Amino acid sequence: MTSCFHCGEAIPSGVDLALTVEGHRRPVCCPGCLAVAELIERQGLARFYDFRSVPSARPKNATGEASPWAVCDRPEVARRLATDVGNDRQEVRCQVDGVTCAACVWLLERGVRAIDGVEDVSVNPVSGETAVRFVPGKTGVRAILEAIASFGFEPRPALLGRRARGQSEAARDELKRLAVAGLGSAHVMTLAAALYVGDFTRLDATYASFFVLASMLIATPVVLYSGAPIFRSAWRDLRRGRLGMDVPVALAIGAALVASLVNTFRGVEPVYYDSATMFVFFLALGRFFESRARHRAGGLFDALADLRPLGASRVRDGALERVGTIELAVGDRVVVAPGEAVPADGTLLSTHATFDEALLSGESAGRRRARGETVLGGSLNAGHAPAEVEVTRLGADSYLERVGGLLHRALADRPGFLRLADRWAGVFTAAVLVLAAAAGAFWLVVAPERAFEIVLALLVVTCPCALSLAAPTAFAVALGRLARHGLLLRSARALERVGDVTTWLFDKTGTLTEGRMVVANLQTFADAKPAECSAVAAALESGVEHPVARALCGERAVAPAAGVEYRPGFGVSGLVGGRRYRLGSARYVGAASEPARGQCVYLADERAVLARFDLADTLRPHAKEALAKLAEGARLVLVSGDEARAVTSVARSLGLAEFHAAQTPDDKLELLRERQRAGAVVAAVGDGINDAPLLAQADVSVAFVAGSQLARASADVVFTGTDLRVLARLPEWAGAVRRIVRQNLAWAAGYNLAAVPLAATGVLTPWMAAIGMSVSSLLVVANALRLNRALASAPTPLPASRAALLESAAT
Amino acid sequence: MTILFALVPLAMALLVVAIVAFFWAVREGQFEDLDTPAVRILLDDPEARDG
Repeated sequence: MTSCFHCGEAIPSGVDLALTVEGHRRPVCCPGCLAVAELIERQGLARFYDFRSVPSARPKNATGEASPWAVCDRPEVARRLATDVGNDRQEVRCQVDGVTCAACVWLLERGVRAIDGVEDVSVNPVSGETAVRFVPGKTGVRAILEAIASFGFEPRPALLGRRARGQSEAARDELKRLAVAGLGSAHVMTLAAALYVGDFTRLDATYASFFVLASMLIATPVVLYSGAPIFRSAWRDLRRGRLGMDVPVALAIGAALVASLVNTFRGVEPVYYDSATMFVFFLALGRFFESRARHRAGGLFDALADLRPLGASRVRDGALERVGTIELAVGDRVVVAPGEAVPADGTLLSTHATFDEALLSGESAGRRRARGETVLGGSLNAGHAPAEVEVTRLGADSYLERVGGLLHRALADRPGFLRLADRWAGVFTAAVLVLAAAAGAFWLVVAPERAFEIVLALLVVTCPCALSLAAPTAFAVALGRLARHGLLLRSARALERVGDVTTWLFDKTGTLTEGRMVVANLQTFADAKPAECSAVAAALESGVEHPVARALCGERAVAPAAGVEYRPGFGVSGLVGGRRYRLGSARYVGAASEPARGQCVYLADERAVLARFDLADTLRPHAKEALAKLAEGARLVLVSGDEARAVTSVARSLGLAEFHAAQTPDDKLELLRERQRAGAVVAAVGDGINDAPLLAQADVSVAFVAGSQLARASADVVFTGTDLRVLARLPEWAGAVRRIVRQNLAWAAGYNLAAVPLAATGVLTPWMAAIGMSVSSLLVVANALRLNRALASAPTPLPASRAALLESAAT
Repeated sequence: MTILFALVPLAMALLVVAIVAFFWAVREGQFEDLDTPAVRILLDDPEARDG
C-alpha cells in the first residue's frame, strides 16, 4: 500500500491518480491532493516537496459548485475584510490552517505573491497568521483566498471588528512611549554621567548648568509623555480613594521631576532627571513585556469569532442568493446546507434538523431541533438535509458575540497579584509620607534651607520601583510561559490560589474524556466481515457532520453510497456495491432493541442484521497519569451528569476512588458548596454550559477551550491543550511564581530600608539614587525572568506540526 | 571644550529625528510582527526557477 505523495495518507485500493514531478511519477490519494500537487508543479514550486519535513494537510473536499469565497466580491463583505494601508494599497489578514512547517510558509508566500497585484505576503509560521498586501484594482480578497485554498491550505479571513483595531492602537501607543522613554533616558544619562563625574573633579559652573538645562529640555517632555499612563492611573486611584500601586510611583516620578525643575531654576545642584526618565523607561518596558505576553495568550481568542461562516444563502423572492453574513438582517430567511455553519442566531423554520453544537456546548452528540426552536449561530447543520432558519439576532446581540465580549472583558482585567502589591502600596505610601513629613520637620528645625530638597530626595529614593515591577514582571513571564503550555490564565488570583487547593472536582464528558465519539466495539453477526461492515457504514455516512457519522467514517474520505435515503430519528439507507444496506437504530434495521447497551448503531442488508457498532467517548490521553500526580497533593472527585454505568467505568479506568453520577447542575453546585463549607479549597474542571455556575463558585476553575463559551467566560484558567498532565503541573508552577514574588517583595522592602536612612540624613546624592533605583529594578526583573526556567520543562511533546517546525528552524 | 555648546544641541536634534523616524516606523506597521523575522532567516531561499 503506497502513500500519497502530497498528504502521506494511504492510497485506497482502486484509486489510480498520479502526476509527474520532476520526471518521477508520483501517486496521490484523491483529486484534492492531485489538484494541489499539480498546481505546485505548474507554478515551478516543486522544491516545496524537497524542503518540507512533514506531509501536508489533506485538502478539504471541495463542495463543487461555486467557490466559497465568491461572497468576498460583494462590496459589503470586501469592506470588512481588507484595510487601507496607505499608498492605494490594501491589506487582508487571515488565519491559515494547514501550515505545518517552514516549507509551507515558503510555498504560501511564493504562491500567493505570484498573483498579479499582490505586493507582499507575510506568513507567521507558528500561528498561521497571514497578511497580504495588494493593489485593489488589480486583484481582490477573493482571488487571494482562492489562491491560498488552491495550495491546499484553509484560509479563515478575519472580519475586522472594533476590538481588533482597538487593541492594536493601544499596543502601538505603548511602543511609542517605550521608544521615547528609552531614547530620552539614554540622552539624559549621558549628560548626567558628566555631572556625576563633575561632582568629583572640578567642573566649570557654566558647563554644569548647561548640562542641567539640556537634561531638563529632554527629560520634561519625555517623562510627561511616556509617564502619562502612570499619572492617569494614579489620578484615577486617588479619585476613587484608593492608594494603588501607581500612586507612590507617580508621586516619586513627579517629585523627581518637580524637584529637578525647581532646583534648576534655583541654580542648586541636586537634580534627578536621570532617575525620572530611567524609571519611566523601566516601567514602560515592564508594561510592554506584560502586554506582549498577554497579547500572545489572547491571540487565540480571535479564532472563536470566526465560528460564523463568511457567506450565507438567503431566500429572496423565492430564489436563493449568496450574500455575506454581514449583510443579513433580522427577519431574513436563510438556508443552511448540510455541513455548513449557521450564519446567525435564529428560529428553525424546517420541521426538524440536527445541529452539532460541540463548539458551543461541548456536547458530543448532535442536538435535534424542531420547528420554532432557537438555533445558534456557529453551530453546524449535522443532518442530511438543508435547514431553513429565520434570523432573529445579529451582531452584538448574538450569543457568540455576547459571550465573546464577556470573555474579552474578563481577560483585560487587572491581575490579582497586582492587588497583592496594591495592598502593600497603601501601607507603603502612608509610611513614606509619614517619614517624609518627619524628616522635613526635623530638618526645618536643624537646617531649614535643606529641608525641601531632603524631603524630595526621600520621596524619590523610596520610589517603589522594585515593588511595582516585581509582581507584574513575574506575572508577565508566568503568563507567557504558561500560555505556551496551553494554559491561558484569566487572572493571577488563580495562580495564587492553586497552591492552596485541597480538592479537585472533575466533570466527565469533554473534561476527562475527549467529547468525541469513536467506535469502541464492532460486533458482527452471521458471517459478516468487520472490515467490510466498517467500509459500508463509512460509505453510508460519508460527508455528514454528525458526531456519530464522524465516528463511523474515521478520518478517511470515503466515496459516498448511492441512492442515500435518510429517515430522521431512525437511520440511513443506501446502495453500496449494488446492495442496499440500512444503518441506524435497532428498530430501523429490524434487530432486537437492547436499551441497556448505551449508544450504538446497527448495520443490516436486505437479508439480515450484519453488525453493531458500539460508540463511546474516549478518555483523554495520559489522564490517569495526570490524575495520579494531582492526587499526591489533593483529593480528587468525579461529578458527572451522565448515567452510572458510564461514570463508573471511567472512574475505574482512571483510578478515581470517589465519583458521583447522574448529578444535575444543582447537585454539582451543592456538592461543591458542601466541600467548601467543610473548609476545603476546591478547584473545578469542566466544560459544558451546565458547568458555568460550578466554575464561578469554585475557588479555582479550569475550563477547556473546546467547551462552551459560557464555561470559558466563568473560568480562571482556560486550557487549550488536551493533555491533562500539563494541568497536573499547575500547582507546582504556581508555587514557583509565589516564591519568586515573595523574594522580590522582600528585596524591595530591604532596599527601601537601606535607602531611607541615607536620604533622611541628607547624605544621598543623585547618582546614588539613580544607581539604587536601577539596580533594584534590574534585580527584580532578572529574578522574575528566572521563572522562565522554572516553568519551562514540559512533560508533553509539542503537537507534531509545531515540533517539526521548530526542528526545521533549528537545523 | 566650547564645542560642547554646539554638540549637545546637535545631539538633541538627532534625538528628535530618531523619535520621528521611530514613530514613522510604528505607523508603517514595521513592529506588528516581532516573532516571524527570527524564524524567517532560517528558511532556505532556493535559486529561482526559469520560466
